[in-house]
Amino acid sequence: MSLRNFKIYRGDDERGELVNYQCEVTEGMVVLDVIHRIQADQANDLACRWNCKAGKCGSCSIEINGKPRLGCMTRMNEFEEDQTLTITPLKSFPVIKDIVTDVSWNYKQNQEITPFTPSEESKKKDFVMMQKDVDRVQEFRKCIECYLCQNMCHVIRDNEGKENFSGPRYMARLASLEMHPMDTADRIEDVKDKHGSGMCNITRCCTEVCPEEIQITDDAIIPLKERVVDRFYDPVMMLFNKIFSKKERQKTKSKVSSFLKMFF
Amino acid sequence: MLDISGIKRLQFDVLVIGAGGAGLSAAIAASQEEGIRVGLVCKSLLGKAHTVMAEGGMAAALANVDERDDWKIHFRDTMRGGKMLNNWKMAEIHAKNAPDRVRELEHWGAVFDRTRDGLINQRNFGGHRYPRLAHVGDRTGLEMIRTLQDHGIHQGIDIHMECTALDITKDDSGRVSGIVCMYRETGEFIIFETKSLIFATGGAGKSWEVTSNSWEYTGDGYGMAYEAGAELIDMEFNQFHPTGMVWPPSVKGILVTEGVRGEGGILKNSEGKRFMFDYIPEKFANETADTEEEAARWLEGDKSARRPPELLTRDVVARAINTEVKAGRGSEHGGAYLDIATQRSAEDIKKKLPSMYHQFKVLAELDITKQPMEVGPTCHYFMGGIKVEAETSMTTVDGLFACGEAAGGMHGANRLGGNSLSDLLVFGNLSGIKAAEYSRKLKSMPKIKDEDIKRIIKSATSILNREKGNNPYLIHEDLQKNMQYNVGIIRTKKEIVDGISRIEKMKEEFKEVKAAGSSQFNPGWHEALALRNLLISSEAVAKSALLREESRGAHTREDFPDENKDWLEYNIINRRGKDGKMETIKEKRGNPDSELKRIANSSIEELENEVKKDHEKLMPKV
Repeated sequence: MSLRNFKIYRGDDERGELVNYQCEVTEGMVVLDVIHRIQADQANDLACRWNCKAGKCGSCSIEINGKPRLGCMTRMNEFEEDQTLTITPLKSFPVIKDIVTDVSWNYKQNQEITPFTPSEESKKKDFVMMQKDVDRVQEFRKCIECYLCQNMCHVIRDNEGKENFSGPRYMARLASLEMHPMDTADRIEDVKDKHGSGMCNITRCCTEVCPEEIQITDDAIIPLKERVVDRFYDPVMMLFNKIFSKKERQKTKSKVSSFLKMFF
Repeated sequence: MLDISGIKRLQFDVLVIGAGGAGLSAAIAASQEEGIRVGLVCKSLLGKAHTVMAEGGMAAALANVDERDDWKIHFRDTMRGGKMLNNWKMAEIHAKNAPDRVRELEHWGAVFDRTRDGLINQRNFGGHRYPRLAHVGDRTGLEMIRTLQDHGIHQGIDIHMECTALDITKDDSGRVSGIVCMYRETGEFIIFETKSLIFATGGAGKSWEVTSNSWEYTGDGYGMAYEAGAELIDMEFNQFHPTGMVWPPSVKGILVTEGVRGEGGILKNSEGKRFMFDYIPEKFANETADTEEEAARWLEGDKSARRPPELLTRDVVARAINTEVKAGRGSEHGGAYLDIATQRSAEDIKKKLPSMYHQFKVLAELDITKQPMEVGPTCHYFMGGIKVEAETSMTTVDGLFACGEAAGGMHGANRLGGNSLSDLLVFGNLSGIKAAEYSRKLKSMPKIKDEDIKRIIKSATSILNREKGNNPYLIHEDLQKNMQYNVGIIRTKKEIVDGISRIEKMKEEFKEVKAAGSSQFNPGWHEALALRNLLISSEAVAKSALLREESRGAHTREDFPDENKDWLEYNIINRRGKDGKMETIKEKRGNPDSELKRIANSSIEELENEVKKDHEKLMPKV
């Protein structure tokens, strides 16, 4: 047990300051425990978001010494005993109060995505999907919507970027839908125009902060960018796409690729 | 005089409070009804409710893994798990409808783990005869809530996030007319006028010190419904999940999924003994393995072998761990050892239980593929809740519906793992449809009385306006300690009586509770507002626990250690008496449908034969 020093942002979007607190830290404590202790004993009105306290709901996203982290999954023994911890709100979103930010922009992005669309025919019987065909989709669906990736994305940090790019979280969601074996909607044009896949220049900051270790850049964003390129920038594919519908395209593509595999 | 003319008002046909699995299901179902305006209010951000913490899966007799499964067997398992105290009709509706609801979730985009044939895979769980839980690794709840969220936002539902419900209003005839709420961000009040109201507000697990529940589970639905005159049922049945984390202290209570045992995990004491073989109740002896050899064969898929005793129902396992610890055979930090490392390969563990692997690695610095976990009972779930009519989910107040953990009856004295997620889907859906039907019949919006609005707002703001008063956090901590020690997993008359008198004292302290600061995003104020509901819930639990002089399912009385068949005839009801005090009474249970009674009381062999014949009749003739 030891008395440790903290600086916590208190205030709103316009005005605020780092306030010093001291808190007894015992074995196994995480940063969220410290915030709760301070809240109970010293600052009843200190605003913070949290729910599950086990890294599953993605509510307690904050910046700890400038790094975006989940408060509930950051253990105090990661830090030196004499180190002062600075706890601040996510930088990319407006502060509501203290370390709570307004993340409603993210919900608006989700609303813009064409939802899962299976065919009416397919719903008449049980879906048959092989595990290997859904592994990738399940990886994206591990996302807990903590928005640490959104916060870290330099396109979104720049406020104008928010108008042009839905961000890594929603690239992963789009990828999960586009790669779902039973989905029939076509979102590739939206991926390019509405969701702005071209804005990402693959700096991989999002992947680095993901607490679920989802390979957002390599497994979601790059494949989506490839589909956009195939559709809109490859002259041969453009012609091919003009001729065939999405279903036919997929069928023909797999026929072509199995044909090619015979030679290469 | 308080001026309420400036307060925003919105009108709905159906308003749902709570946006976990049940609330989202209810809102979606109601929104499919033509011309019905649906609102949804939640305390947290959308998609963060406690449903995300559900890990193991949702139980439904899909029969994808074992073709012998059927709603009848699921129903029988549920009744036996609930020690026959379940609402018969609810258990029937649940078992019959769960498979369709799971398929519907898949159609909305949920991606379950697959069988070799590409169907929804199902896993074993405590108390379920066959592998029955549709799942996604150990994050099934997240999959469920995200699917409902992503589907729900396109159904024209008006969603109000981070909004706390304060109290219900009724018109002169006693019908629900609306609810007064408060936006947490700004502290502004809002009045929702509605023809019907669905409570999907979860339980009150935050009444105990060691709990798997988050801050939201303060019994808001129980408190508000009680204040509005609704009845609470079976409140003495509080499920302590046998496996919560016990070390380090800051994570004490966080859930360790039953899936660990479903995947073969075994429980050992400090002497290295696999102790569950010593705790097999007579009632389950025929269906439980009595040697390690047989349990191992079962794990390998031998259908003639019986289930390992680690998969007995939660009440049995929780009591067994408690007994081992009390006898001095506990683990280093006062729990039992849960060992999956010696039962499955490291690769399997990481694939089947990824979030458990991650959780222990980060929070306890322990590698579960190499070392055993330390686990102990943690408060997890309320079997009891607001009393509802099985076929409609309507409470005893006109226009007030309840579903999910907020509603009582379906699970009887003990809930089987996996039956919660399916309950959320089945009864969320049902209550949404029934509330819409109810609202459609009302020609006009029931009237809200101004004096009610003023009373509700005044009681909320007085907490902020008081010059000085008691710290809400500290009252809450006292309450949690009181429930933990006096109305915990093993109960006696003396302790419960002491617990009740302490609750009375806390109710007095609550009258003088004070939150410092402004009304904007003020957790101290929110904590104080939740306290009233926590106190009502705890009082109902304690008083019911005192009255039920027997041990049944999750309710264990040291002074009445056995089941008493006379008590099987009664539920316990809590309601507000004429004098304003809580009344706790015995209520005779209705007679069950004779067919349901026959199914629940059949031997497993009889029922398996019957189901086999049923299935043969359905098979197409070749």
